[in-house]
Amino acid sequence: MIPAEFEYYRPKDMAGVLSLLEEHGDDARVMAGGHSLIPMMKLRMADVPHLIDLQDVGGLSNIEINSDSIHIGALVTQSDIVEHAGLADVAPILREAALQIADPQVRYMGTIGGNVANGDPGNDMPGLMQCLDAVFTVAGADGERQIPARDFYEAAYMTAREDDEVLTSVTIAHPQGGYAYEKQKRKIGDYATAAAAVQITKEGGTCVSASIAMTNLSDTPVYSEAAGAALVGTSLNDAALSAAIAAMWGDIDPTEDNRGPIAFKNHVAGVILRRALERAWSRA
Amino acid sequence: MSKKMHIKLNVNGKDEEFLAEPRELLIHTLRERLNITGPHIGCETSHCGACTVSINGKSVKSCTMFAAQANGAQITTIEGIGGTDNLHPLQEAFKEHHGLQCGFCTSGMITRATKLLEEIPNPTEEEIRFGMAGNICRCTGYQNIVKSIQAAAAEMNAAKEAAE
Ligand SMILES: Cc1cc2nc3c(=O)[nH]c(=O)nc-3n(C[C@H](O)[C@H](O)[C@H](O)COP(=O)(O)OP(=O)(O)OC[C@H]3O[C@@H](n4cnc5c(N)ncnc54)[C@H](O)[C@@H]3O)c2cc1C
Ligand code: FES
Ligand code: FES
Repeated sequence: MIPAEFEYYRPKDMAGVLSLLEEHGDDARVMAGGHSLIPMMKLRMADVPHLIDLQDVGGLSNIEINSDSIHIGALVTQSDIVEHAGLADVAPILREAALQIADPQVRYMGTIGGNVANGDPGNDMPGLMQCLDAVFTVAGADGERQIPARDFYEAAYMTAREDDEVLTSVTIAHPQGGYAYEKQKRKIGDYATAAAAVQITKEGGTCVSASIAMTNLSDTPVYSEAAGAALVGTSLNDAALSAAIAAMWGDIDPTEDNRGPIAFKNHVAGVILRRALERAWSRA
Repeated sequence: MSKKMHIKLNVNGKDEEFLAEPRELLIHTLRERLNITGPHIGCETSHCGACTVSINGKSVKSCTMFAAQANGAQITTIEGIGGTDNLHPLQEAFKEHHGLQCGFCTSGMITRATKLLEEIPNPTEEEIRFGMAGNICRCTGYQNIVKSIQAAAAEMNAAKEAAE
């Protein structure tokens, strides 16, 4: 389990990272926690002749909570999200989801930037970010640009980020109402068979807004606008839940793999979404 | 061959310096280069936790880190936690409460548990099972591992109180 040879770089700032990316083009890749990339390099499924370790790049490890938005640096780890004192008060869904990712050792290393940039449909943060309508900031030779999470994912491992761009931060508005991140996995530490991220608001027993995204049920995360729309104006009674689930089924496209056949995945997706909605509603 | 790098690590309080290819995994550095064979290779695919060491105070699977990434870091392995003449309370408790059978997972378990008890000095069974979820054991069924960690926690807390 030894990767192919590569040159290793540890630049001290973003300018250093960008100039290496420019110099080596497709042959270079950045590494954050390495807990998706190193396993792929060991299996020789990723070939990275020039590996740029981001760990010494400053300014990427902060969590900033402003009056209306939350700003999370790309190198913030899953364990930083779990441990942060104020974050769970303003956006409890982040902690609830982070605790369902992998295991303690992986959470110390795995970063939010790596998780959302990786493009693996199994990653939990991309769906979560679509539910929260997050915006990713990427830096490149021509400066920075913003990409909404809902427009970021094109296919498995294909995203709107160009090869010579680095994701620097994730910005979200303070989430409103009730929340739930619900995940079905075969064992602790496993990727999702199906997972659902839900934020929901209500007024006097009626649903005002609902944002729903699903994980590992397509080659990208799936933000299901139709599922959310099916709930608005209802009291989340059984008929409304069933309508939302049916709408979600229309948007996902699971494939058969070692987590089960398509019919099973659809079934689990329905169960998980129903649980997530019930829990989010009870907290709204 | 890619250029060798000059790497400095502090392992169990001792400075180590050597030249290595960037692709050398930390577990191989520890076991093969430095002859520190406490951390084991169970799966080599980031799943079992047998290779767990502490790096700058975090539990890390050393099969999923390059030595180059750890350049400059402080590393603690089971050898730095305690030895035959000065067993750590966790080592003592694993021995007393049958927290091991074949012992293959034990160095990783105990190394991880030292960090868990720093974070949560008096963990419940649930907290132990959740906090130890990155370490797999094929023998014990985990029951006695949980008991051992609880016993060590009690012992360490009592010692801390006595010292105050
Ligand atoms: C045993 C195990 C179980 C796991 N279980 C889960 C799970 O249940 N759910 C889950 O979501 N994840 C899981 N993971 C993956 C883990 O969360 C990864 O750490 C995470 O997906 C990637 O983060 P990283 O910082 O390690 O990224 P890296 O591995 O360093 O990078 C991943 C990819 O993203 C790119 N990249 C990294 N940072 C940036 C950046 N700032 N800008 C642009 N590109 C970047 C890299 O070039 C690479 O292609 C698991 C991993 C392991 C080993
Ligand atoms: S050998 Fe590293 S996790 Fe199994
Ligand atoms: S004691 Fe044998 S694997 Fe744990």
